[in-house]
Amino acid sequence: MKVAVCLRRVPDTTTKIVIGADGVSINEAGVKFVPNPYDEYALEAAIALKESAGEGETIVVALGEDAVQETLRAALAMGIDRAMHLKGAPSADGLENARLLAAQLAPLGCDAILFGKLAVDDYGQQTGAMVAELMELPCAAAVSKLEVSGGRATVEREVEGGVEQAGCALPAVFTCDKGLNNPRLPSLKGIMAAKKKPLDIVPVTAGAGQAVIVSLTLPAERAAGRIVGEGAAAVPALIQLLTSEAKVL
Amino acid sequence: MAGSSEYTGVDFYDMDGLLSEEERAVRDTVRAWVDAELMPVIGSCYIEGRFPRQLIPGMAELGLLGANLPEKYGCAGLNNVAYGLIMQELERGDSGIRSFASVQGGLVMYPIHVFGSEAQRLHWLPRLASGAEIGCFGLTEPDFGSNPAGMLTTARETSDGWVLNGTKMWITNGSQATVAIVWAKTGAIDEVASIRGFIVPTNTPGFTAKDQKGKLSLRASDTSELHLQDVHLPTDALLPDSGGIRSPLMCLTQARYGIAWGAVGAAMACFDEARRYALNRVMFDRPIGQTQLQQERLANMLTEITKGQLLVLQLGRLKDLGTMKPAQVSLAKRNNVNMACECAREARRLLGANGILIEYHSMRHLVNLESVYTYEGTHDMHSLILGQEITGLPAY
Repeated sequence: MKVAVCLRRVPDTTTKIVIGADGVSINEAGVKFVPNPYDEYALEAAIALKESAGEGETIVVALGEDAVQETLRAALAMGIDRAMHLKGAPSADGLENARLLAAQLAPLGCDAILFGKLAVDDYGQQTGAMVAELMELPCAAAVSKLEVSGGRATVEREVEGGVEQAGCALPAVFTCDKGLNNPRLPSLKGIMAAKKKPLDIVPVTAGAGQAVIVSLTLPAERAAGRIVGEGAAAVPALIQLLTSEAKVL
Repeated sequence: MAGSSEYTGVDFYDMDGLLSEEERAVRDTVRAWVDAELMPVIGSCYIEGRFPRQLIPGMAELGLLGANLPEKYGCAGLNNVAYGLIMQELERGDSGIRSFASVQGGLVMYPIHVFGSEAQRLHWLPRLASGAEIGCFGLTEPDFGSNPAGMLTTARETSDGWVLNGTKMWITNGSQATVAIVWAKTGAIDEVASIRGFIVPTNTPGFTAKDQKGKLSLRASDTSELHLQDVHLPTDALLPDSGGIRSPLMCLTQARYGIAWGAVGAAMACFDEARRYALNRVMFDRPIGQTQLQQERLANMLTEITKGQLLVLQLGRLKDLGTMKPAQVSLAKRNNVNMACECAREARRLLGANGILIEYHSMRHLVNLESVYTYEGTHDMHSLILGQEITGLPAY
């Protein structure tokens, strides 16, 4: 069982974001970066697939500048066998990044390629499906259950009001949702072992693409609340404002 | 620094920038483990006076036990800064849990590693690292705390081994231990140089341990009294390279090193809780964090924590270089535990009446830290060790 996981490095969700001087990127100074939380489900799934198969290889792939290597080593510390760093600046156009990934993933001959269902920084939600399309592989997005046997995968997806079951032949691409598993913490021995695992650096250049980021803005500050009165006496004024101003009644 | 509900530590002086990627990864893993496994149960364990034994396999699997010992013996082979960060994060949860790890690693695995034969190392260390065996350290006696050289426990050599007799007290992990490192005099009772260490399986006939009841501190940790009555041991129970009071004191230096880091963790937990509470608690129509008295409390805490962090980091770097002196460990243990006691007290006061509830952590840390202040060399004894270091004149 050979499984690849495509990993993104994202700002910790508790980080206070500051927009950079160029207006189209964030200021990374003092920002703590972590593996994309949904990618952690993918990493756990890859390790578990190999463990249950009893043989195989797990490979983690990430596109980015040198800083992404720390995130790759975190994946190796969890138990992934080897890492590939596609060294270069990602494009704002997801299709260009998907092309780079597909080109590197194709020769690996994986049984499964896993992604997080989305990256919590830009919420693009496109790379996994695009890689599947470029590689002409089946794709199941946002899977919350993944089982493999006899060259086929069975998945469950949480859809509105229920659960969808689906299946496909391997090789295939899956994007992973919360609930798929409980990602393990890297053990201390894993952290030490990660230094000795292979981390191959492949220089890449993303195409210009057709999408560009025009500007980034922070959400508007929430306006201060207004106290309309106290106790039962305030109810009529509150109902009136909820009806006429907030228009929620 | 204001904001989210998740614990993110305290790092005012970019300490992270002084840590390696690996050291940060170790710290983050232990922090996540404490959040996920320890924090949900620590309150009830504390109230019930119960050590969370169910967490031992998870701690062992992560590699938290004897983490700075070599991989050859089933350990993680970390440097001493990473080891210190483990202690910091565990004590952020609870001093009792850090005590468990300190004893297992610093007081049981360390002496076997340093004073044991290769056969003893190969037999015991992997079992202790995996949590299959739990250890305790028997040095202190009812009448010999700060003066362990006065111990009355004896080991008499026989034709086929040793016979131990004596009583040990204030022994962390004592009642749950499967193996005890026991220190005893092999010569006359005034012959301090005859002190040797022994590996004593706790199922050996004549060995009994019973928990000390009525503790108001370290309630999530087992503290026991050990009785050894004609405990017969084979020849190879002796730690061959141990000799004199210096041997157990070397073990204490290891454990005290971890405590100096651990205390910072407890202080960070209290500061974090106090800061959040100060931002959320409204009195006189504004958060209490907007009052000068509470701001001074928080400023003092942050200042002392930052100093304590820098102190242990440099101590760890010296330990990794092999140049760390025991008196430097005394300084760090003395300063940081006292600092943590002060932070915990101020945090509890800032929390007002809520601060006495188990849902908040500062008072639990406060009462735990009173034990930490007293054990592994009392605050006062460390003053005297430093006094001797400065003047060359022993006052004890």
